[in-house]
Amino acid sequence: MLRILIFILAAVLAPTAFGQVTIKIGVVGPMAFTIGKHHRAGAEMARDEINAAGGIHVGGRRMQIELVVADTNELQSIPDATNAVERVITRDRVDFLVGGFRSDSVLAMQEVAMDGKKIFIGAGASTDKLGQNVEEKYERYKYWFRITPSKNSDLGRQLAESFTMVAGQIRKDLKKEIPKVAILAEKAAWTEGLIAAAQGRLLPALKMAVVGVWQPSDRATDVTAELAAIERANADIVFTLLSGPVGITVGRQMGERNMKAVAFGINVEAQKDEFWKAAAGKANFVATLDTYGEGGEMTPRTLPFVKAFRTRFKETPTYNAGTYDAVYLLKEAIEKAGTIDAERLVPTIEKLSFIGTSAVIEFDKRHDPVWGLGKLTGVAVQWQDGQKVVFWPPQVKGARPFKLP
Amino acid sequence: MIADIFVTGLVNSGVYALLALGFALVFGVARIVNVAHTALYMLAAYLFYWLLVKLELNAFLAGILAVAGIVALALVCYRLVIEPVRAHDSAVLIATIALALIFQELMLLSFGGSFLGIPSAVQGVMHVFGVTVPYQRLVILFVAALALAATWYVLHHTRIGLAVRATANGMEIAELMGINVRRTAMTVAGLSAGLAAVAGVAVAPVTVVSPLMWLAPLVTILAIVVLGGLGSIRGAILGAFIIGYVEAITVFALPQGSYLKGAVALTIMVAVLLIRPEGLLGVAFEDER
Repeated sequence: MLRILIFILAAVLAPTAFGQVTIKIGVVGPMAFTIGKHHRAGAEMARDEINAAGGIHVGGRRMQIELVVADTNELQSIPDATNAVERVITRDRVDFLVGGFRSDSVLAMQEVAMDGKKIFIGAGASTDKLGQNVEEKYERYKYWFRITPSKNSDLGRQLAESFTMVAGQIRKDLKKEIPKVAILAEKAAWTEGLIAAAQGRLLPALKMAVVGVWQPSDRATDVTAELAAIERANADIVFTLLSGPVGITVGRQMGERNMKAVAFGINVEAQKDEFWKAAAGKANFVATLDTYGEGGEMTPRTLPFVKAFRTRFKETPTYNAGTYDAVYLLKEAIEKAGTIDAERLVPTIEKLSFIGTSAVIEFDKRHDPVWGLGKLTGVAVQWQDGQKVVFWPPQVKGARPFKLP
Repeated sequence: MIADIFVTGLVNSGVYALLALGFALVFGVARIVNVAHTALYMLAAYLFYWLLVKLELNAFLAGILAVAGIVALALVCYRLVIEPVRAHDSAVLIATIALALIFQELMLLSFGGSFLGIPSAVQGVMHVFGVTVPYQRLVILFVAALALAATWYVLHHTRIGLAVRATANGMEIAELMGINVRRTAMTVAGLSAGLAAVAGVAVAPVTVVSPLMWLAPLVTILAIVVLGGLGSIRGAILGAFIIGYVEAITVFALPQGSYLKGAVALTIMVAVLLIRPEGLLGVAFEDER
């Protein structure tokens, strides 16, 4: 009897003698939407590639990656998001976290991850505050890094530079000294600062005249009134600041009305593959800031990644698939430091210069990616006959010229 | 701008009239507040999308099948979910809310959270009084007018329509007169669902289809029906035109405030309720039933 008991005890305790076998990475995002699906897709692709090549070298041995996917439902509920993070940390015992999208949700998720002292690599939220936390209270927030997108203030720089190029082209093609700009921005917190900056600084500096500001709801399904007024004002450019489905409505209705003005700015719906169909094929010439575009080669890893993603998932990656880069970044850091211990990994990650699929990533003291040509700039794309092509920065291999209607 | 407002207001009002009429009918006859009414509109849009884009049927056939499908679904739901609890108003209300949420989640599961666009049946635009009007919007107007005319005809020139109106006027008396109230209620449920489905099929190509698209119209419809007078069918149509035009005026007159159009409509509803609680054409509350 005693022998049997000892046997059972030994059998139960034996596995723990080997210690941890896999590196667990939690992928957190809104899984019912493209955002979360791409969070998961990018991570899965990286996991499969790395595991097939033997896994990650940690000190003397090799460890495989195991993903734990959690649906944060952050678009509808912040408590759901923090619960998801809590769960993967305490119940699934993940070593690292990647993902997140909605800025206010990620701020809360960041708190939970920092409480658990888990390295959390953001792949979706752009609020400056996430990085500010790192600068202000380093010891607590040092485990947070953002791999994509650029923070909001850098978005402003991306906008300014790409707009300069668009303005120059309009001036040349239309032979107009002072092009007219109509600002079409959804009514939301994130657009307030950008509208003020555009009206007050950016557009005057570019010698462009603002003919009006229109603010539909982000879920508006009809912008006939706005577009009619914009047409009457003879605008040459419609400067868009849209993140909701109104972006689809704008693209479609501008095309249906055969408007002479071209839409450029931020239009998050226009970054997705489904946009062309959602706008019923009418949204030609719609331009927006983006992370990936057809044929654009920001780094040597861009095209192979986009091709492999398309082959496996039958759609083009959005910037949320940056979880692919996040997993590879972790691999590089772990192999360099020889450990998965968060305390020792943080300084290693801080000093990395990582070649990602959309940019070269180096972190500043806020653990945000450094912005600049040759590092991370993002791109500007335009829909041309069903394809979303890169037109800025012109230095990017595969960039094509911007077209006017 | 006047021409813009006139045309936009007309199209908006037509759509609202379709939705409000169905809702008012069900409430007037069967005393059911059907929170799932606009959810049926959403289902019709999705079904139309699936038939048109996935199965590649032609627009006309897809439209007819979508409407028929939704009417059938509504009748089944009425029979299985609503009828058993008909006597308890609050249970019926909760049941319709539950149905609406179930439909929403089913669409989220089947089609995902992404936004879908349906190609217009008729492409191109025409210019009327200097206003650019896409043909699809004229289609909506035409379909709305046709559906309203058909409903009017059924209500006033057929026996079943007579039964519906009689039941709306007084359920107990109608029953005493030998009208099968149960069957009349089912007919109205089907007719109301049909109107919602027609609205869904007609409007889907000019709007963005998503699992949450039923929420905003629901609020507007409630405002319209309350404004027009709960239980009054003519009031619902009048309310639809008022709200339709108020929204058009708001977006054209206030470019920086076009997001306010929903709030303006609801404010009008509140104002009317304060002055005349029974609505414009409603009957001051009777309390039997």
